[in-house]
Amino acid sequence: MSAALVFEQMLNGVQLGVMLFLLAAGLTLVLGIMNIVNLAHGSLYMIGAYFAITVGQWSGSFLLGVLAGLAGTLLVGMVVELVVLRALYDRDHLDQVLATFGLILFFNELVAILWGRFALFASLPTYLQGHVEFAGIIYPLFRLVIILVGLAVAVLLWYVVTRTRLGMLIRAGASNRTMVSALGINIRMLYTVVFGFGAALAGLAGLMAGQIYTVQPGMGEMILIQAFVVIVIGGIGSIRGALVGALIVGVVDTLARAFLKPLLTLALTPGAADTASPAIASMLIYLLMALVLALRPAGLFPARGG
Amino acid sequence: MRRYLFWVVLTLALAALPVWAQATGNTFYIELVRRMMIFAIGAISLNLILGYGGLVSFGHAAFLGTGGYAVGVLAFYGIFDGWLQWGTAIFGSALVALFIGAVSIRTSGIYFIMITLAFSQMLYYLGISIEEYGGDDGIRLKARSQFPLVDLTDAVQFYYVVLALMLACALIVHRIVHSRFGMVLRAAKSNEARTRAIGFSPYAYRLAAFVIAGAMGGLAGALLVNQTNYLTPEFMNWTRSGELMFMVILGGMGTSAGPVVGAFALLILEDVLAGMTEYFLVILGPLLVLSVIFFRRGLAGIFSRHD
Amino acid sequence: MHKALKFAFAGAVAATLAFALPPSAEAQQQKIRIGFITTLSGPQGIIGRHMRDSVELALDHLNRRVGGLETEIIYGDDQFKPDVGVQVAEQMLRRDNVDFMAGIIWSNVMMAVVPVVTGAGKIMVGTNAGASPLAGSQCHPLYFSTSWNNDQTPEALGQFLTDSKVDELYILAPNYQAGKDMVAGVKRTYKGKIVEELYTKMGQLDYQAEITALRARNPKAVFVFYPGGMGVQFVRQYHQAGLRDRIPLYSVFTVDETTIPALKDAAIGQYEARFWSPDIDVPASKKFVADFRKKYGYTPSLYGAQSYDGIMLIDSALRATKGNVKDTKALVMAMRKANFDSIRGPFKYNVNHHPIQHFYLLRAEKGPAAPEGIEMRIVKRVLENHRDAYYQDCKMPW
Repeated sequence: MSAALVFEQMLNGVQLGVMLFLLAAGLTLVLGIMNIVNLAHGSLYMIGAYFAITVGQWSGSFLLGVLAGLAGTLLVGMVVELVVLRALYDRDHLDQVLATFGLILFFNELVAILWGRFALFASLPTYLQGHVEFAGIIYPLFRLVIILVGLAVAVLLWYVVTRTRLGMLIRAGASNRTMVSALGINIRMLYTVVFGFGAALAGLAGLMAGQIYTVQPGMGEMILIQAFVVIVIGGIGSIRGALVGALIVGVVDTLARAFLKPLLTLALTPGAADTASPAIASMLIYLLMALVLALRPAGLFPARGG
Repeated sequence: MRRYLFWVVLTLALAALPVWAQATGNTFYIELVRRMMIFAIGAISLNLILGYGGLVSFGHAAFLGTGGYAVGVLAFYGIFDGWLQWGTAIFGSALVALFIGAVSIRTSGIYFIMITLAFSQMLYYLGISIEEYGGDDGIRLKARSQFPLVDLTDAVQFYYVVLALMLACALIVHRIVHSRFGMVLRAAKSNEARTRAIGFSPYAYRLAAFVIAGAMGGLAGALLVNQTNYLTPEFMNWTRSGELMFMVILGGMGTSAGPVVGAFALLILEDVLAGMTEYFLVILGPLLVLSVIFFRRGLAGIFSRHD
Repeated sequence: MHKALKFAFAGAVAATLAFALPPSAEAQQQKIRIGFITTLSGPQGIIGRHMRDSVELALDHLNRRVGGLETEIIYGDDQFKPDVGVQVAEQMLRRDNVDFMAGIIWSNVMMAVVPVVTGAGKIMVGTNAGASPLAGSQCHPLYFSTSWNNDQTPEALGQFLTDSKVDELYILAPNYQAGKDMVAGVKRTYKGKIVEELYTKMGQLDYQAEITALRARNPKAVFVFYPGGMGVQFVRQYHQAGLRDRIPLYSVFTVDETTIPALKDAAIGQYEARFWSPDIDVPASKKFVADFRKKYGYTPSLYGAQSYDGIMLIDSALRATKGNVKDTKALVMAMRKANFDSIRGPFKYNVNHHPIQHFYLLRAEKGPAAPEGIEMRIVKRVLENHRDAYYQDCKMPW
């Protein structure tokens, strides 16, 4: 087990974490600020991937596809907010979970009708293919791009939420909705914008994931549950929590997959390690979450007012 | 009076169904309705904590799965005694519920939803990983549970057993809810601070309700593997938990008739829509959204006043 | 022993006769109903679509008359759930009075449904799932397969690796039953050294950690079984990691006609083992592939080919009994002859009602004739007249 291997696996964990962060950021924003549990966040992630690939292939330009993915999910997100979620603000989480569960079924099947059940082919432009060599390892360029984009988004979100007027309104709206609207701010409009923004983040995650994961109906659910684990560990409503939670989940999951089996082989018979390691590895992030919640029932970074 | 009318009509109709089905050669409906009643038991148990206790458990399928595994694993080792199998299913699920509940009920809101989901996912992956019991493939049961006097391999006898158990579960939940215990449970749902102020700690009451619901869910799981003659971790998939929640809310949560009506309605709807188009989810999805938004009190609201 | 089993068989047939509905029997004589269960909805519905399109093509080729009789096909969606599969089967048997049952993609659904169908005295023609118990101890006179046993395809691949003197193998598969079956299959025939045997989470998305570990180990060859979306992910990430040209990747049920459209160039050069390929030199297959591409605009998969054969098998049996659907024993006898133009060429049924057939090594190559631009081509025949490893556990009288 060389140092370079451990470093590369750490990097893999960070990359997975960043991917989860992009999805979790939008989720935690919507949940923390609007107090809406949106299971259909995974559907927006899927829609982002489909839009980006379709427009990218039609126009021959990867960047145009990216723009279409972002704009498309922004639009779909705002429509979903206007048509469905508006009716759910005053409802409890149960109604929200169920209504957005219904939306998942709808979007998955709609995508299957429009694009078919075939997995879609996604191609990277040549300038994003290939590998980078550094610190004794060879790493796929696109995965480095994902890490950079994710970190850029984190910085941008921090800036918007803490340093801009929009961010101030968002924070104010989260802690006291009535007061903000009494001050003459159109809170409904604000919510629609925030939701659209969260949707576009999901779309961004989806269109990047589309290059390494399978693009097919239902692609959002696999990663959605993990994103929920992330925000629950991090503390709902906290961007910082989402980032830390995502990195923890990404690194723990990756390192368990990479090193649990060799470690267990030291303690158990090879046969037992063969059986136990994948079982433990697949349950580990849930165990982690149960542990965090048992110790800190509101996550690692409880957001104020959330 | 109207409330009891529903149960009288339901019991009579369900009791008469096998007679009609056999007379007209439509024996298939005995299987179909039996399956609906089994899911109705699952929904009834969920309704106790969801509808009356206000605990939004997104992992109720875990208890159906635990009950199923109890029966399936005993059958795997050649133990078919029904009392032992079903007893293990009920007791085992109660134990699992005790553990999950003890950790989860400390949290609330979205955290509770997610931690119950996380526990059921853990059990799901555990089921997939145990090669001994078929892993993801599951295992076929060599025989159904065996009881003295009653023969579950007989479609009609099994049907009446399920019917009786469904009515019993509904009655038990009804009695619990209207007992002193149930009052505290409901009070904690509507106003936790006030409940604490008058000297009750909701934690113990919620945990007890959670364990009862888990045990009842285990019974539904034991029935389900007998229904399919097959054990699979798929019974614990998170979408199953979602379906159970839907049955409760579609029928009307916090009502005694709700879960039964909801289970029947959802399964019939699925069956009818699936017969129309392979894309039936594109219709079912929006129907679910609409029912949540506009049909707050559920279908049972038609039959009974809010209690 | 033998006598008792013959008795059991006679019992099964007698049960069939008793089950047949007397009043409407005459009216039904002119028409047969076939229930076809597969997964049509949800993310897994793609395989179901391949199967259904192939069944429809088989009906076209038979002028919509299976066995010369007016035919009604009823499709059922198991939603990838065993209990729904059982319910759909019950519905078809008791409400729609189907004469035959066919289809089913997943082993778990198959294991749950087969006893329901055979218990009702009807014949089940499995057109994909290859659960080992059904080939061995749980074989049944009324259950036929037009596909294979799970272990056979990886056995072919293992044999190829042994023959080509690949002395080191790194194995990856998802952690579930079929994954373990596939690995057991490859180990049965692969004689070289297995440097690692790693199971990953079911439905895992990201394989970068596994690929990194694999590259650090630098094995001579890699074997994977990643069906559906997992396969698209793994093969693509393997390609992106730049390993495609450095460590050859061998797979089963990973790169096929359902995943090639999503993989495109990442599939080129991929080795797979199979019992059939769209380019196999068999007239029935050539007609099937050409007509399929013309009708649907995409290349049929093995899932489709097996389903096409399932209908043709039923057709051959009905022709042998001159359209008599009630004589189950005669139908079973006729089916055992497999007297039809199979897409895999002529084959015989083994004593467990599973085909004795050849297996090939295939390679994905650029193919201008295919609508996808890429097609699987046979490199060589690896196993001849291959029997599965379980048939000796099947005590069925012939």
